[in-house]
Amino acid sequence: MQPTYPKETYNDQIVRLFLLAAAVWGIIGMSIGVYAAAELAWPELNLGVPWLTFSRIRPNHTFGVIFAFGGSALIGTCYYVVQRTAHARLAFTALANVTFWGWQLGCILAMATMPFGITQSKEYAEPEWFIDIAVAAVWVSFGVVFFGTLARRRIRHIYVANWYYGAFIIAVGLLHIVNNIALPVSLDKSYMVYSGTVDAMVQWWYGHNAVAFFLTAGFLGMMYYFVPRQAQQPLWSYRFSIVNFWALISIYMWAGPHHLMFTALPDWVQSVGMAFSLVLLMPSWGSAANGLLTFNGSWHRLRTDPAAKFMVLSLVFYAASTFEGSLMAVKTVNALSHYTDWTVAHVHSGSLGWVAMITIGSLYAMAPRALGRPAMHSNGAMELHFWLHTVGTLLYVVSMWAAGVTAGLMWRATYPDGSLVYPFIDSLIAIKPLYVVRWFGGVLILTGMVVMAWNLWHTAADARARLIKPIPVPIPEPEPHQVPAPLPAHG
Amino acid sequence: MARGYKYFEAIEKNAALLGVLTLVMVSLGGLSEITPIFVEAHSVAAPQGVKPYDALRLAGRDIYVRDGCYLCHSQMIRSLRAETQRYGAYSVASESVYDRPFQWGSKRTGPDLARVGGKYSDEWQRQHLIDPRRFVPESNMPPYPWLVDAKIDGATITERMRALRALGDPYTDADIAGAAKAVEGKTEMDAIVAYLQGLGVLNVAKAAEAPATSGAPASDNQSGAGGKR
Repeated sequence: MQPTYPKETYNDQIVRLFLLAAAVWGIIGMSIGVYAAAELAWPELNLGVPWLTFSRIRPNHTFGVIFAFGGSALIGTCYYVVQRTAHARLAFTALANVTFWGWQLGCILAMATMPFGITQSKEYAEPEWFIDIAVAAVWVSFGVVFFGTLARRRIRHIYVANWYYGAFIIAVGLLHIVNNIALPVSLDKSYMVYSGTVDAMVQWWYGHNAVAFFLTAGFLGMMYYFVPRQAQQPLWSYRFSIVNFWALISIYMWAGPHHLMFTALPDWVQSVGMAFSLVLLMPSWGSAANGLLTFNGSWHRLRTDPAAKFMVLSLVFYAASTFEGSLMAVKTVNALSHYTDWTVAHVHSGSLGWVAMITIGSLYAMAPRALGRPAMHSNGAMELHFWLHTVGTLLYVVSMWAAGVTAGLMWRATYPDGSLVYPFIDSLIAIKPLYVVRWFGGVLILTGMVVMAWNLWHTAADARARLIKPIPVPIPEPEPHQVPAPLPAHG
Repeated sequence: MARGYKYFEAIEKNAALLGVLTLVMVSLGGLSEITPIFVEAHSVAAPQGVKPYDALRLAGRDIYVRDGCYLCHSQMIRSLRAETQRYGAYSVASESVYDRPFQWGSKRTGPDLARVGGKYSDEWQRQHLIDPRRFVPESNMPPYPWLVDAKIDGATITERMRALRALGDPYTDADIAGAAKAVEGKTEMDAIVAYLQGLGVLNVAKAAEAPATSGAPASDNQSGAGGKR
């Protein structure tokens, strides 16, 4: 006897809103990045305006791309994925709308205050206390909507993508709250309760795990749904994804101190951080391999499907930048790389290569479905975007890698008598041409984003004309025992 | 192994259990690394004779924080030979006990500033902030000429010192009562120069005998900011 359910449709309206927000924030965040990059090459570009100065807009670039662009893409895809994998409509429609408007308001407030010097000056946690509180409230609402949807799922087994989204929500909430505990003095100023070394440890526990749970776990959730979907094959190994999940979320949290090598942080913490950073390579490569091997048997799709191309290259960048990350956490390497543009190269191979590419691939996979179209408006535009983004990222990463190694080697170069060879300014003179190359790479990437926005705009023609019919939730046959196939007896 | 899987399956089918276990697993690392440092931090005292930032330097520090100087300048000399040769003795934890937030930084587009105090004259710092390329033509540092015109507000600084005292910084009543007077008529430029000139001088132990002011030795302007020494 099949139980009767009320007729239910997916809430794709909220997904479309986040999709739009991601496209807009992507262009804003990356435009600021391109401008900031230009200022490093041509410092006159601040035009004597305080709020256009590099030191004021750099947090706007990082916040804009990580939290406004990345955050909107993550919450949007999360809402899409959890509904599809749970076979249920999103819980709490009104609260879900609050998460959209709340998140956008938080991003706008942050972006509008930071250039005017209203900042905590903690990297990736710059917004002041009142924005932090608003963001925390929105985040809790997001968690309620997500877990509320899981609670009303019709498939007993929780698909692995949701584990990553769940861990992303729980850990980011924890990190955000602990790292932002401050005593407000006035609306625009607060002092951290932590000082000196403790503040450094808390900040990089946060900073590193913002990378781990915002830029990795969340996007792995995206990967675990959209890669099998786009490859049209099941995940290469479900069991392997489980092992990688628990390893990744527990090991990542230990690795923060590798940002503070050879500093005043106690030595034992630096060593623990380094050890865990090395072990971290295993679940990172495990996840990348699982995604890539899912394409086994459908590699031919790369010839025709730009979304699949974005996904495959994103996984390659993910593997490359996690390898690089573990390498840079080795004290000997860190002695050279720290404080240089090598760090910038590493961050951008992760963010432009892995995060942006898996996002763009997933958006191209999701947008037609969420917008009620058979495919994206233009395949050629997706191809163009792929090449603009790939070439731009390579120019960026290779130039900054070269700049970092150059500066690092110059800072430590000594004559046979032991005295230093170069004054500091010589290292800047040496790498300045590379700042121009980096800026040009950024221009290509930004152009690609504009192409994507144009393509999405045309794909959304039906949505804009309000012609879309909501998609009904398929009601599955109730199965008493939905488990993955058991392993062979010999293990 | 296949039989043991049924226990694991329980996690995969129970969202609350999955959530709680995730929270446990993500908490272990932070608890293990932050708790000992947090406890230890109470035993890290300021170096002998080092007081919390005076009113003018505090105002300067807040400007340093506001303008995001940490994005291009570190304040943390690592315990590596090339670093100590270039910038001076490596930084120790006690030197930043009054730093909320810490400003160790993560990138050196410009040189480290942990011990920049007294390396250049007050006037050099002033002119350099107004137009960095006047002394170092190749520099890509932005100019900050507007600091010259902006005045420091005494009431704001008094308020901020009270907040810092509430967080545990040992300001005396006299420090707080005299704050407004100390910054009277001072510009943001005066404040940030005072802050910079105290870095590596007023937050280390030996500072007690020899406070550095404008009498500090000026380095040669030819080698540029942070030139080797």
